[in-house]
Amino acid sequence: MEYLMKAEGVTKAFGDFVAVNDVSFHVRPQECFGILGPNGAGKTSIIRMTYGFSPLTQGSLTVFGLSIVKDWRKIKSRIGVCQQENNLDPDLTVQENLAVFARYFNLPKKEADKQAKKLLAFMALEHRRNDKVTKLSGGMMRRLVLARSLVNDPDLLILDEPTTGLDPQSRHQVWEKLDELKSQGITILITTHYMDEASRLCDRLVIMDHGEILVEGAPSDLIRKHVGQEVIEVGVPSRELRTYLGSQDMTYEDLGHRLIVYGDKGDELFHKITDDYCEESCVLRMASLEDVFLKLTGRGLRE
Amino acid sequence: MSRVRYGRITRRFFRVWHRNLTVYRKIWKVVFLPPLLEPLLYLAAFGVGLSVLIGTVHYEQKEVSYISFIAPALIAVNIMYNGFFENTYASFVRLYYQKTFDAMMATPLCLEEIMTGEIVWAASKAVVATAIMQGVISLFGLIHYPESLLILPLAFVGGIAFGSIGLFFTGTVRAIEMFNLPIFLFITPMFLFGGTFFPLDNLPAWAQKFAMVFPLTHLVILARSLAFGSLSLVLLWHLAYLLLFSAVFFALALLAMHRHLIE
Repeated sequence: MEYLMKAEGVTKAFGDFVAVNDVSFHVRPQECFGILGPNGAGKTSIIRMTYGFSPLTQGSLTVFGLSIVKDWRKIKSRIGVCQQENNLDPDLTVQENLAVFARYFNLPKKEADKQAKKLLAFMALEHRRNDKVTKLSGGMMRRLVLARSLVNDPDLLILDEPTTGLDPQSRHQVWEKLDELKSQGITILITTHYMDEASRLCDRLVIMDHGEILVEGAPSDLIRKHVGQEVIEVGVPSRELRTYLGSQDMTYEDLGHRLIVYGDKGDELFHKITDDYCEESCVLRMASLEDVFLKLTGRGLRE
Repeated sequence: MSRVRYGRITRRFFRVWHRNLTVYRKIWKVVFLPPLLEPLLYLAAFGVGLSVLIGTVHYEQKEVSYISFIAPALIAVNIMYNGFFENTYASFVRLYYQKTFDAMMATPLCLEEIMTGEIVWAASKAVVATAIMQGVISLFGLIHYPESLLILPLAFVGGIAFGSIGLFFTGTVRAIEMFNLPIFLFITPMFLFGGTFFPLDNLPAWAQKFAMVFPLTHLVILARSLAFGSLSLVLLWHLAYLLLFSAVFFALALLAMHRHLIE
């Protein structure tokens, strides 16, 4: 199978509002594919369509070569979904959360218990086995949600903003677990608006805005293509600098109180700018996915 | 995909039912108390207090003691409460606050199965509560056997009827406080005027006819006839009404939930 998942011309409209507009992308087996975008870009709408929660307005979606319209149950039994909200069952203990969830997949009790034990060990939650989930920390809850999405040994793991609201330690722990899963050959579809997360985890990704895909590619390719290798940030730019940059063949963004200069010849240019146009508040740094993201989706606030 | 399909309902709905049972078993000691104690309170209040004032009631050409008149009605009311409240407040908490159904939707379960599981669960809870309550009432010799054994399957039918209409409201209201409305307009009038505490004959003719719209009226007639051991063919009509009511509101509940959850 060349592609594990195929979205062709997927459109989702809520009344007059088009949340996802004619989106196509393909996910290869064993890769981590990211969907990036600001709030309201349509990420979660796509995710909800992939597990059949939300019907497509137009287009087609196939997972494992099966149609989500016809074979939704077969698909759903082979995927694991980690939703944005921690919808763990507060009436149940940590262990019971996994065991009860396993039943939804028709796992026999013995196998469900085995699976729960294995996943609790994997997520380092064994010591909290008999606690109520409401007593867990945010990071632990997230790990439990992740453990729960693995209860059926899925071939495709769908993660909707898996580390939103977590502290740095917990985020890194989640990433390590995802690395481990990836090395075991699981395919991952992830949405996030953390660029460090996307750079770290994704083999390929799309950046979306207003329901449409803006670009698609590997993180490093996207950075090279859209912003170059290095970035110079100038605080309190002078008029002379603006005139100078205007006369050069340079890509830069003028934010008023701040200039962002993109380029490959960063080192030379940096010295030129620091020597001639500013004494302090000039920073040379590596270009990141965040630069690409902000350049493509703009800096205006959403919602 | 975007409409209710009954054909999708498989035995998997039992998984949803099982989830609720797992939770129930953790708190069963608390859940068992109301059906155990409530009939004792009612029987004490009505049996000791009101009976003296009322004496006997003329029902179906017979004089019966007031306490044996209301005992089966208490069972019917208990069935109504168990079905209705499980699929309103409890289901609402699972729907809105705990997002239990969202999580289930990411598994091989479908919406139709989840909601069927919820309603069948409410009906099962009604059966258990009825069994406890009936056991207590039987100790006072107020119920005729073996006919009254049929009250248990009747509790299941009643649980489906009231669970379905409860879940219909759950899919319709947007805040938990709004349940006050169907309780005030639907549950309380039935509780008072559904032939529970006095015979329907005491009502004016138009009100008697109107009371026949209430599912509780039919449930009370059925429970009372079984408790008195007086079976007749006309009971089938009351049962048919309950089944029809269940079918209509089962469909409406699924529709409301589908509208609410599936975007």
